[in-house]
Amino acid sequence: MIKRFFMSVFEFYRDGFRAMTWGRTLWVIILIKLFVMFVILRIFFFTPYLDGKSEAEKRDYVGSELTGRGIR
Amino acid sequence: MLESIDVSMIDWSRAQFALTAVYHWLFVPLTLGLAVIMALMETLYVINGNEFWKRTAKFWMKLFGINFAIGVATGLILEFQFGTNWSNYSWFVGDIFGAPLAIEGILAFFMEATFVAVMFFGWNKVGKRFHLASTWLTGLGATISAWWILVANSWMQYPVGMEFNPETMRNEMVDFMAVAFSPVAVMKFFHTVLSSWIVGASFVVGVSAWYLIRKRERELALASMKVAAAVGMFAALVTAGTGDQSAYQVAQVQPMKLAAMEGLYDGGTEEPLTVVGPVKIPSMLSFLATRDFTGYVPGINDLLGGGFKQPDGTVALSAEEKMENGRKAIAALADFRKAKEDNDESAMGIARGILDKNMPYFGYGYIDEPARLVPHVGTMFWAFRVMVGLGMYFILFFAVILFFAWKRRLSEISWLHWIALWTIPLAYIASHAGWIVAEVGRQPWTIQDMLPVNAAVSRLTTGTVQTTFFIFLVMFTVLLVAEIGIMVKAIRKGPEESR
Repeated sequence: MIKRFFMSVFEFYRDGFRAMTWGRTLWVIILIKLFVMFVILRIFFFTPYLDGKSEAEKRDYVGSELTGRGIR
Repeated sequence: MLESIDVSMIDWSRAQFALTAVYHWLFVPLTLGLAVIMALMETLYVINGNEFWKRTAKFWMKLFGINFAIGVATGLILEFQFGTNWSNYSWFVGDIFGAPLAIEGILAFFMEATFVAVMFFGWNKVGKRFHLASTWLTGLGATISAWWILVANSWMQYPVGMEFNPETMRNEMVDFMAVAFSPVAVMKFFHTVLSSWIVGASFVVGVSAWYLIRKRERELALASMKVAAAVGMFAALVTAGTGDQSAYQVAQVQPMKLAAMEGLYDGGTEEPLTVVGPVKIPSMLSFLATRDFTGYVPGINDLLGGGFKQPDGTVALSAEEKMENGRKAIAALADFRKAKEDNDESAMGIARGILDKNMPYFGYGYIDEPARLVPHVGTMFWAFRVMVGLGMYFILFFAVILFFAWKRRLSEISWLHWIALWTIPLAYIASHAGWIVAEVGRQPWTIQDMLPVNAAVSRLTTGTVQTTFFIFLVMFTVLLVAEIGIMVKAIRKGPEESR
């Protein structure tokens, strides 16, 4: 029963994608965009600034930043 | 110290965020607006069984699909920037910001991925009513996504429902309902979503007008114009109402934003509303801001100088006093951390007491001079007038379209077709002007009164931020050109069945 449900969902999407005309171009754009965003930008340009620190280190770092940047 | 943070890096980080948000917002309002219009058209098909409405709905769905595909996930880049460029902010906001965005992400993915697929692939595979439900749920999914994004944005403008924990250095949510249903969030949701319907309606009316100019697809164009103009008229009227309510809220929670919107330096009672130049409506600003024609509206100098009576009956502090309190809060936070390190419970308690007392002014401790508390007045003044002026234009525009539709003369009035076509960019300009008012107006704050941009930003180099700025500029421009190119091609082709 469950298997049949998932098969019908799979077939629904498969047939839908196969029948696409103008949608193919859009999918190419979507895939290129997601690749650029998640592979190139995320890995090489947008590493989270606090990455590599433990929770305690992040807390201490931000604490030092917030107290250190105040106007004296 | 502030001096060690490169000011140009702060500005480039702000510019990068603004650039990304502007491009992202080119796609979102059309998605929200078109979703309603095409769903209404499909509803007409299901109700009366007329294949014409199916064909019409399918055509607008195709344009919706193009916009959706190109725009999808562009908002995620904003979230990348939080972690990279605004790491202090990201940590400081804690789960307050993360929770709504996580809900948004999950909902957006599951609702939109499921129902968009049924909408596009399911015409001959599922029943009429199930398909119609999927079309409505696609729009609803996008609208619910917008809700959570706007909840997060509203919290930054009006932070409620949280407590700052100096042990974790984070704000912790204590009242989810206060965050999710803050009056600012509710009003911002209706104002933003309904104004997006105007964008969708203007787009449909404008594209339909183009068909009439080219003497093509006459039946589809006229029917689409009627449905879209009705949606646009409703949306324009509601947007005007929610805009008025939003302005009232701004007067209560962000009075500096209101003063900048009006270019009001010295406030008073019975304040007139400046239309433009010397043209003013007597006492109207007082009424809009206080619901009383004789109400007191503080100007920029009043807000910096303090000493006036606020709506809650208290006397406003001056900027200098708030800055002093902010410095006390930051010093108390430093003392708290030191005492914790020394395991000195008594000193921790004393520091915590001072911090809690001065926490409402925490962000002012990063402000080095009162002038930094004033957003750019010229930008605010004109962005507000562009938004409101175009908002009134849309009411008139849709009323004229509906009038000629009622008179059955819509296809004859060629000057109106050209106006309709040029109304498409005006809708985008109005939508962006609204965001400029909202976001420029809250400067210098990332979180109102709690965290200014100079404390929120990561310690990056200007060159790094400039590099990613130009990468985004190129990437988004390519996407926009692709969208416009594919969209224009699809419009030129027209509905599938007509060829």
